[in-house]
Amino acid sequence: MGLLDKEFSDDNIVISKVDDLLNWARLSSLWQMSFGLACCAIEMMATSASHYDFDRFGVIPRPSPRQADIIIISGTVTLKMATRIKRLYEQMADPKYIISMGSCSNCGGPYWEHGYHVLKGVDRVIPVDVYVPGCPPRPEALLEGLLTLQEKIRNESLVKKSV
Amino acid sequence: MKSTEEIFALLKEKFGDAVLELNTKLPKEAVIEVTPLKVTDICWFLRDNEELQFDNLILLTGLDDDNGEIVKLEDGTTETKGGTLSVVYHLESMKLGHKIVLRTTTGRENPEVETVSKVWACADWHEREAYDMFGIIFLNHPDLRRILMPYDWEAGYPLRKDYKNPEFYHGMKVPY
Amino acid sequence: MLKTEQMVLNMGPQHPSTHGVLRLELELEGEIIVNVKPHLGYLHRCFEKHCEAMTYPQIIPYVDRLDYLASMNNEMGYAIAVERLLDIKVPERVEYIRVIMAELQRIASHMVAVGTYGIDIGAFTPFLYLFRDRERILTLFEKTCGARLLYNYIWVGGLSHDLPINFVNETRDFLNDFKKTVIEVNNLLSYNKIFIERTANVGVLNVESAINYGITGPNLRASGLKWDIRRNDPYSIYDRFDFEIPVGEGLHGQVGDCWDRYYLRVQEMIQSIRIVEQALDQLPEGEITSALPKRIKPVEGQLYSRVENPKGELGYFIVSKGQLQPFRVKVRPPSFINLSVLGELCKGHLIADVIAILGSIDIVLGEVDR
Ligand code: SF4
Repeated sequence: MGLLDKEFSDDNIVISKVDDLLNWARLSSLWQMSFGLACCAIEMMATSASHYDFDRFGVIPRPSPRQADIIIISGTVTLKMATRIKRLYEQMADPKYIISMGSCSNCGGPYWEHGYHVLKGVDRVIPVDVYVPGCPPRPEALLEGLLTLQEKIRNESLVKKSV
Repeated sequence: MKSTEEIFALLKEKFGDAVLELNTKLPKEAVIEVTPLKVTDICWFLRDNEELQFDNLILLTGLDDDNGEIVKLEDGTTETKGGTLSVVYHLESMKLGHKIVLRTTTGRENPEVETVSKVWACADWHEREAYDMFGIIFLNHPDLRRILMPYDWEAGYPLRKDYKNPEFYHGMKVPY
Repeated sequence: MLKTEQMVLNMGPQHPSTHGVLRLELELEGEIIVNVKPHLGYLHRCFEKHCEAMTYPQIIPYVDRLDYLASMNNEMGYAIAVERLLDIKVPERVEYIRVIMAELQRIASHMVAVGTYGIDIGAFTPFLYLFRDRERILTLFEKTCGARLLYNYIWVGGLSHDLPINFVNETRDFLNDFKKTVIEVNNLLSYNKIFIERTANVGVLNVESAINYGITGPNLRASGLKWDIRRNDPYSIYDRFDFEIPVGEGLHGQVGDCWDRYYLRVQEMIQSIRIVEQALDQLPEGEITSALPKRIKPVEGQLYSRVENPKGELGYFIVSKGQLQPFRVKVRPPSFINLSVLGELCKGHLIADVIAILGSIDIVLGEVDR
């Protein structure tokens, strides 16, 4: 991770920017809210199971929104569910991140035309950080989405950017 | 094991005018047409008669027959006036191995059919779904609410052929 | 006697043990369940509306997304329904490949059911073991048609691709390895004392109410009735295979309790292995598509056709008006109907048992809400 990969011989002093330390801490333990919606949730489960092992990136499912850093919207968001998703998002503690997994939550997916009860994209109710395309995305794609999110977090800064 | 013709004859003998006709015009499935306000009695008979024993309601389907008159509205869209809605029952006897299809037809403006949820417990949710999707009122149903759509959905019954989707629901844009 | 006040507790739509987005409204007297009201529709994706706008072959991808744990079975059911409507026969090889795929998918679906049921009760390891093996089935499917979960593989009148090279041997290898996993899972979970304590004599469903509620599939068989569409209303070529239909025997409690429903799935996996092995032995060479008209346009009529899905009896009621699109397609969703018995089963049990009962019914919300 660029920070702790050096071996120290005597005094354990590491010099780093606060930004880097915070970002490193954040991105290495993104606790995920265990929350599945539809078919994509099965691929999300497969990602956390033995073969793909989400744990190695520090992603551990937590059942409560209060303890979660990241929510993966995995599946079709319906109108009935949209208000609940918004509520869940509001209950999460800052900083919070969102991965939208699958065409359905990106844009309505296969249900974009005749889906009278489907919300065409979860970004109509909550802000999305990373979109993962696919129907369903392969577990590798979800891992890639997570790495992209980590990259995004790595570049965050406490200092307001001057325009 | 009885054929649909025999069952029709039995029903006709017992219920007379309430059993309308045996429709064999369509290939694959013969349909017994019954009147909507006698469905409960007929189904009790079908279930409890020794020779019939229809203990399993496989499926209950709502149908929009799409036979009404299509009226052009001012804003360019169309609406169906008149016409009928139907309910189709697929019944099976697990003990005796015979199957029949019942069908009842009701007006689209004031669709009312008797409930069979007392006869077969699974009909409860099926009927709620038919109400949700087509607006068919099942008389004497214990708990007739929407089941799949939100309880406060006001835009009508989605599976009717002339259904129009609203622009917004709770401030969320619905069309793509 | 002391009387406690009734309390209403909401479970879901976001809850780790509801297997998706289901909301349960529990009415409690202390810790005892008085009534359970499920609220559905959080995943209602308008399947039936889509069918009215699509042509017959275009519906297959949507059919996949009904019960997304058993896409192959859904496709097979739909393809058979349309073929019956059109009165066409498919080549022998197609029938065999369909059966192989459907039974592999049944194993995969039961793996998820058994694995997640373990998690619900508190055992995590079987889940990891089963998902490890499930990956192998998915890899087989992926080699065949390029998709891991939603295949669009079984088409009306045939298949999209032939089997890949070496499929037969790889499947045999997998089946041989999987037999050991079943024994492992049995030792880890099925005969585990804690697991039995949690599930035996909980949520007992007797045959009469099961039939009255329209319950089908493993849940009905666990109540002791030998009823399987593959035997009672045979479709495809299931009459050529030698397999048993397990029924619940109440080994650790009453017939039809949660343990029976769970264990029946384990036994069904073994029977599916047998079917796949026989089908692989008999697999003939030949075409993988039958001669179809360019546009699939059945004559006017209606038909109900059903198959045995991992969850129960999956039926399609198709009304055709002689057009390219069906006039109406109605699915008989087994999970939807099986779920309706939940309130009945939970009455008088403790809150913790709701999870055990719900898990043992094995629902998929994609199919409940469609
Ligand atoms: S994107 Fe595809 S796989 Fe994912 S939830 Fe939507 S339909 Fe299912």
